[in-house]
Amino acid sequence: MANITWIMEDGSEISAEVKDGLNLMEAATANNVPHIEGECGGCLSCATCHVFVDPEWFAKIGEIDDIEDTMLEMTDVEREDNSRLSCQIVASAALDGLILRVPEPE
Amino acid sequence: MAAPIVIVGAGQAAASFISRHVALGSQQPVLLIGEEAHPPYQRPPLSKKYLLGELERERLFIRPLEWYADQSIELRFDTRVDSIDRDHKKIITDDGESVEYDKLLLCTGASARSLPADIGGTLDGVFTLRSIVDIDKMSPQFQAGRKLLIVGGGYIGLEAAAASRQLGLEVTVLELADRILQRVAAAETSNYFRDLHSGHGVNLRESVRMTRLLSKDGAVRGAELESGEVIDADLVLVGIGSSPNTELAQAAGLDCDNGIRVNEICRTSDPVIYAAGDCTSFFRHGQQIRLESVQNAADQGDLVARVLAGEAVTYTALPWFWSDQYDCKLQIVGLNQGHNQTVVRPGADASSMSVWYYRDAELLAIDSMNEPKSYAFGRKIIEAGKHPTAAQVADPATDLKALAMS
Repeated sequence: MANITWIMEDGSEISAEVKDGLNLMEAATANNVPHIEGECGGCLSCATCHVFVDPEWFAKIGEIDDIEDTMLEMTDVEREDNSRLSCQIVASAALDGLILRVPEPE
Repeated sequence: MAAPIVIVGAGQAAASFISRHVALGSQQPVLLIGEEAHPPYQRPPLSKKYLLGELERERLFIRPLEWYADQSIELRFDTRVDSIDRDHKKIITDDGESVEYDKLLLCTGASARSLPADIGGTLDGVFTLRSIVDIDKMSPQFQAGRKLLIVGGGYIGLEAAAASRQLGLEVTVLELADRILQRVAAAETSNYFRDLHSGHGVNLRESVRMTRLLSKDGAVRGAELESGEVIDADLVLVGIGSSPNTELAQAAGLDCDNGIRVNEICRTSDPVIYAAGDCTSFFRHGQQIRLESVQNAADQGDLVARVLAGEAVTYTALPWFWSDQYDCKLQIVGLNQGHNQTVVRPGADASSMSVWYYRDAELLAIDSMNEPKSYAFGRKIIEAGKHPTAAQVADPATDLKALAMS
């Protein structure tokens, strides 16, 4: 289990306990986090689960691969250095306390 | 109390409508009626991870069951809608109940075509692939070493072929046309997937006409080809396309044309009835078309929620699709219908390439195989209405990102 917090642009927060093995796009849609759609179900084709991750978590989350890196070029809100697709982040105890910031398309 | 928005059909389009309805804070009650026993779920993994047994059923659900209750969405499963009484704005379910609607949203989807019973279409061991139930019937029988015959070399058939090879079945694919994917892709894409599947031990047979399935004691045992050749099979999967579920709309007198006809705001010929997803047919770039895709279902469902909330929006979404087979990720953007030229862009290695479809100088669509840059930047290029030349695209030194941003 990991406690995950999503913070929206207006400062509102949603927190949830996420079971190991679920990815954080699934966890976001299950918990009604706005702006996370995950249309392709997590197969790196839609780029609708974009989040910003505090750099201190990078090592625990794992490296970004080439496909995710490319797909981040397609996000509605332009990517930044700490952008990730949340379908590629899989919950585990190591991520307990993780904070994700959710960009809001215009 | 005002009558609810009633949604008939609990698939992707319905889920996207509800998600947007909730996100917009719309207060009007919603009743979702589905024929299956499950809340809306993702169909694409059925022929991939779910068939492989790598994904538990609940993870197919677009939202967990309890989410709907939390949003005060009323659900009714295992229920078929038999008719629409447009004069009284009611639907009548198969248990005889009539439910009033304020607005009606038809998300009835499509059904897999099957083979006629007189050539063996209803024998034991013959399957189609569209629903959780279909896979749950197939899975226990899809055991290593068994012989699977797939009728139809389209995307569903090929995805099932890939999963079945991974499960250790012996797989033969029969395609009537002279190449697999003939209806949906250029020869270059067909060639890529022929090589991919042949390399994984699939016996691909193109330009063959199957005349009938053969049986023993009521179960399928093989297929007979026009040439007289017999192919042995323990199991048969029929992947010969699907038909839109328009019976309900047609019986209610709504305009249909290979799908329920909708306008640019997904409204049918009745001003309080909308439709979204695989069941719709609509006008795009001068043609009446029907799309079977998650993108279309999701975007149309989303659009109807916005329209009902009073937003001035119209449907202009760029189509996109994907397929996963073995280690190949296929991503498609655009619609290639009407192309008269294709250009191949080589990828970084032998397993990656993209095929760019043009009508004269106009870029229409891209098939990208293990080549996400072509897909991601190609999508931006098409969305921006840019039309790079064939020579630019074919040159691997061309920076697609620069083209997209220029």
